[in-house]
Amino acid sequence: MQLHPNTRIMREGPALSQIETFYDVMRRQGITRRSFMKYCSLTAAALGLSPSFVPKIAHAMETKPRTPVIWVHGLECTCCSESFIRSAHPLAKDVVLSMISLDYDDTLMAAAGHQAEAALQDTIEKYKGNYILAVEGNPPLNEDGMFCIVGGKPFVEQLRHAAEHAKAIISWGACASYGCVQAAKPNPTQATPVHKVITDKPIIKVPGCPPIAEVMTGVITYMLTFDRLPELDRQGRPAMFYSQRIHDKCYRRPHFDAGQFVEAWDDENARKGYCLYKMGCKGPTTYNACSTIRWNEGTSFPIQSGHGCIGCSEDGFWDQGSFYNRVTDLTQFGVEANADKLGVGAATAVGGAVAAHAAISALKAAQRKTQSEEA
Amino acid sequence: MANQSIHTPNPDVEVLRSAQLTGDATADDIESIRKRTSVYVYEVPVRLWHWVNALAIMVLCITGWFIGSPPPSMQIAEATHQFVFGYIRFAHFAAGMILTFGFLGRFYWSFVGNHHARQLFRLPLLNKHWWSEIWFEVRWYLFLEREPKKYVGHNPLAQAAMFFFMTLGITFMIVTGFALYAEGAGQGSLPDTLFGWLIPLVGNSQTVHSLHHLGMWSIVIFVIIHIYVAIREDIMSRQSMVSTMISGHRTFKDDRPE
Repeated sequence: MQLHPNTRIMREGPALSQIETFYDVMRRQGITRRSFMKYCSLTAAALGLSPSFVPKIAHAMETKPRTPVIWVHGLECTCCSESFIRSAHPLAKDVVLSMISLDYDDTLMAAAGHQAEAALQDTIEKYKGNYILAVEGNPPLNEDGMFCIVGGKPFVEQLRHAAEHAKAIISWGACASYGCVQAAKPNPTQATPVHKVITDKPIIKVPGCPPIAEVMTGVITYMLTFDRLPELDRQGRPAMFYSQRIHDKCYRRPHFDAGQFVEAWDDENARKGYCLYKMGCKGPTTYNACSTIRWNEGTSFPIQSGHGCIGCSEDGFWDQGSFYNRVTDLTQFGVEANADKLGVGAATAVGGAVAAHAAISALKAAQRKTQSEEA
Repeated sequence: MANQSIHTPNPDVEVLRSAQLTGDATADDIESIRKRTSVYVYEVPVRLWHWVNALAIMVLCITGWFIGSPPPSMQIAEATHQFVFGYIRFAHFAAGMILTFGFLGRFYWSFVGNHHARQLFRLPLLNKHWWSEIWFEVRWYLFLEREPKKYVGHNPLAQAAMFFFMTLGITFMIVTGFALYAEGAGQGSLPDTLFGWLIPLVGNSQTVHSLHHLGMWSIVIFVIIHIYVAIREDIMSRQSMVSTMISGHRTFKDDRPE
């Protein structure tokens, strides 16, 4: 059975893999220095850095050894990997073959079975404390983790084992970051996001179902170039991609401010491209870069193709009622209830009670008056 | 001295015993009743806050409803020149700011204002008489008491209701409201620094929206009861109600001591 190219390099001797830099690998692949410098400029631009960072990126890539990455898969659907391999800037191929040393990824690697597990073990031992652990999916904790078995063992054991000596952890997608659909109520397998299982490592969350390809490769590029985590927001997401809502940069925002909304999927307003707020668009509550970076090489994103955002990069987005309601349904109070229907009902009931109380008060007062007159 | 006063002084009678025991009526209040026909209860800042707050809540409820369920789309001009929903949101945020700073000012006044200005912010939970007076008020509203008592400030039941629906309710609305406002203001902004922690704590911004809506409805319910009870008490109780929040003076309809 053929091994993954990187796995083979590593097996031939750790020295080679450790000494080889990004630049060496790129030159070996026939990339000219001119192209290499262009690549550094584009990377700087993609990360929002000034041109003065280009020589720094070039220097880092010329001198730093490639960082080993272990990519493990728990309860997930592989949509993160599917997204990742479609990255255009930089190309996923460049990331996997040139920038990182992807030493274990059971979806992308050629090795399988015992060989694959051996590759994982080798990487952990050889690069203790130096490798990055990328987690796609999450571990289910119920029944001792038996709902997700990798290599004959519960995934949670593989995760703990691989995380023990990792330098940092990347939580890919909504599953690893927040739990996603398998953690939606009632969460029978007790699927648990990575940061609630591994608590002693720096964790960077890259939520989304899946995350945008360029966001994934951008995060990796940043971490390898600067050898540190990018600036994170309060929830542990890279601020450069998750600091603004879809709504803040949405090209339909002027229609929102004007009060021009799509009222039905097939109305004239939908054809005119009005705001999808009334159709339950979750853009105003969702932090992601879809409205700026967009998808498939910047071709489009859900709102641009006429459908509201479903808020897939937010915590517990499956438990926020229908994708098509602006005001979330509160199922505790019946299928058709939401906060406002409940409030109108309660206010009406109280209003009725007040009216009844007023009527009784008046009757009582009248009665007392009559009694005092009789007395 | 009696002929210099329209009242006949009667120093032997103990006045408003229940109100004194719960801490509602102070010695000064009692002295005031003996000398004057009214007690000055609500000072200017308290009255001003009450009406500004009422107006702000009204604006907030109406605009808040429209933010959750926008009015039908309007085609007055091109989107560039039309700002209907923007103005609705602006009114909501502006009223929210006024409510917040008014509330902070009201809290400050509870330290420097008169005895009654503290009622909204401090409940005499350890006072047994206060609890029994709450029970008395409940019985009054259930038509089990023939005659209401006299109070100088808020009656104990009203005080408890105002503390939970207004003091706690408004605090809840300010915190959730600013957390949602922080999303528009952006990460790193002042509202985000002060209140942005709430959304990760709750989990999802949509949930915070729902809580903010429920908070509004609890205030709407309070407002319904508050207005009803104020008018009812104005008619049926033995003291002034509505005019007290305009003039600040509490007048009593009879001269019985309790």
